[in-house]
Amino acid sequence: MTETVHSAPGRFDAMLKEDRALTRLYTDAALFEEELEKIFTKTWVWVAHASEIAEPGDFKTAKVGREPVIVTRDRKKNVHVLVNRCRHRAATVCEVAKGKSNSFVCPYHGWAYALDGSLRGVPYEESYAGKLERGALGLRALRTEEYNGLIFATFDDTIEPLVDFLGPARKWIDLFMKQSAGYPMMTQGEHRFTFPGNWKIQLENTTDAYHFPLVHRTFLNLTDGETEDMFDLMNKGGWVEDLGHGHSVMIMMPELVDLEDGLDAPFPEKFSALAEELRSEGHDEAKIRRIVRAVGGAGFNLNLFPNLGCSAAFFRVLQPISVDQTEVRHVALGMKGGPVAANVARLRIHEFFQGPMGFGSPDDAEVWDRVQQGAQGGADLWLMLNRSLENEEATPEGTRRGDVSSEIGMRAAYRQWKTMMEA
Amino acid sequence: MPFLVKDTALLEAMAFVWLEADRLDHAEFEDWLAMWTPDAHYIVPVEPGTGEFETHLNYAYDDHAMRCKRIERMQSGVSVSASPVARTIRSLSRFRLLADEGQWVDLRCMQRLTEFRRARERTYVADMEYRLERGAEGFKIGRKVVRLINADHALGGISYIL
Ligand code: FES
Ligand SMILES: [Fe+2]
Repeated sequence: MTETVHSAPGRFDAMLKEDRALTRLYTDAALFEEELEKIFTKTWVWVAHASEIAEPGDFKTAKVGREPVIVTRDRKKNVHVLVNRCRHRAATVCEVAKGKSNSFVCPYHGWAYALDGSLRGVPYEESYAGKLERGALGLRALRTEEYNGLIFATFDDTIEPLVDFLGPARKWIDLFMKQSAGYPMMTQGEHRFTFPGNWKIQLENTTDAYHFPLVHRTFLNLTDGETEDMFDLMNKGGWVEDLGHGHSVMIMMPELVDLEDGLDAPFPEKFSALAEELRSEGHDEAKIRRIVRAVGGAGFNLNLFPNLGCSAAFFRVLQPISVDQTEVRHVALGMKGGPVAANVARLRIHEFFQGPMGFGSPDDAEVWDRVQQGAQGGADLWLMLNRSLENEEATPEGTRRGDVSSEIGMRAAYRQWKTMMEA
Repeated sequence: MPFLVKDTALLEAMAFVWLEADRLDHAEFEDWLAMWTPDAHYIVPVEPGTGEFETHLNYAYDDHAMRCKRIERMQSGVSVSASPVARTIRSLSRFRLLADEGQWVDLRCMQRLTEFRRARERTYVADMEYRLERGAEGFKIGRKVVRLINADHALGGISYIL
């Protein structure tokens, strides 16, 4: 008797194949609810960069799926991710986006929680006749782990450690962080915008070089010639790599993969004024080369399933709101303690493309919106994810890659989606 | 009751920013560009109440060259979010002259702008701060700051000028 290995037929086989999907994935509200439960509560979700809560007492609010959380740093500098829900009768205990505090006091009846979530104060406690189990009534804490400044949290205590979840993506995170040029990386504010479409449309886009020459034609027309050449993505020898667990990386500018390499290469002319300014401030030439080379960010987009992109020079954070509504944050990055002129240059580059008034993002948001609209038609027609399916190849590191406009990154994300939804 | 000198300045400033608003709503962009001093900035900050613009993240921090590019983008027909450009109708009100230093005045007012595009209507409300500089041909905009009431929250794509 020969033994054949069949994978069990999956629930989603009819709507999602290796190289195509039905638009139900964008439009089915029940599926969206299921995603929140099976994906967003069962995987590592990015909640903060370490610099956003650098000092003891610092906090920010965020979301894991749809659940509101507070990310805090306690007196011992430990990071906590706490569900922003009072254990008495559910009021949020914090409605400030970012700040510094010793405790969170619920506005309803005054229960007070420490930075680690433990319940510290209950007004008029005598009415509980000594039976209130304070120790069991802290804010719910999520499992929290950090890699190279990226803080992730999960509701699931059984999944793999963060480092294993990231796997080969770690190398790309390390490369990405080199753009702070030897200074600690810091966030420098963020743009937030919503678009009327499903979150996965945005997810797909982070490794979609195919749209760039068309959707961003206006950006290419308005930028300088050097930048236009840099963004000639289809002809630069870039590639997309499937990093496992739904993660992928799109290398757009191979010469800017490792920002500490090629420091002897001449500066682009557009940065000569910045270099001159740094010289006049007395910085040494080696440092200036490092800063200027990194000012436009790394030459790749790293897409971490399900909600973070390390995109060239910024973090892209994706927040599902409903089946057809998504919020996107573009977090600007800079060098903590670095030269102001260089951080300002980074801000102006960010403003030029990113955010609701940039010369790039509104065009992205418009086509994503159009995808959601179009997906109302042809429920039986496939979304094609088969671009460059035929030329996938193995890398020495054991991952798989395709050319720069390959849809391999999307295939990787949907494979992870299916695995999690069928689990 | 006769107007005081200060009221005249207020009326002149109001008339000037109304003219600016009308030009934006009616796509008279060449004339709009000519309303600015050469080193003026059009600024839409992210953080409410901030007085520091250059070293902070903004939605827009436009010098003359960037203003020209913003208009080129709107008129090029190449940008999918600006083809067609959203229809806008804005009103300015609640004017107050904060300072009149002879060479320049500081005017604060509110703006309520309604955008209509692809069957969707959106409204953006903002506190406006104008530095208006007096010259031989009357006022020029020395700086325009648009403080959106929801600047630190999620906006929609805005492929036009506030
Ligand atoms: S709901 Fe928080 S103290 Fe009552
Ligand atoms: Fe894009």
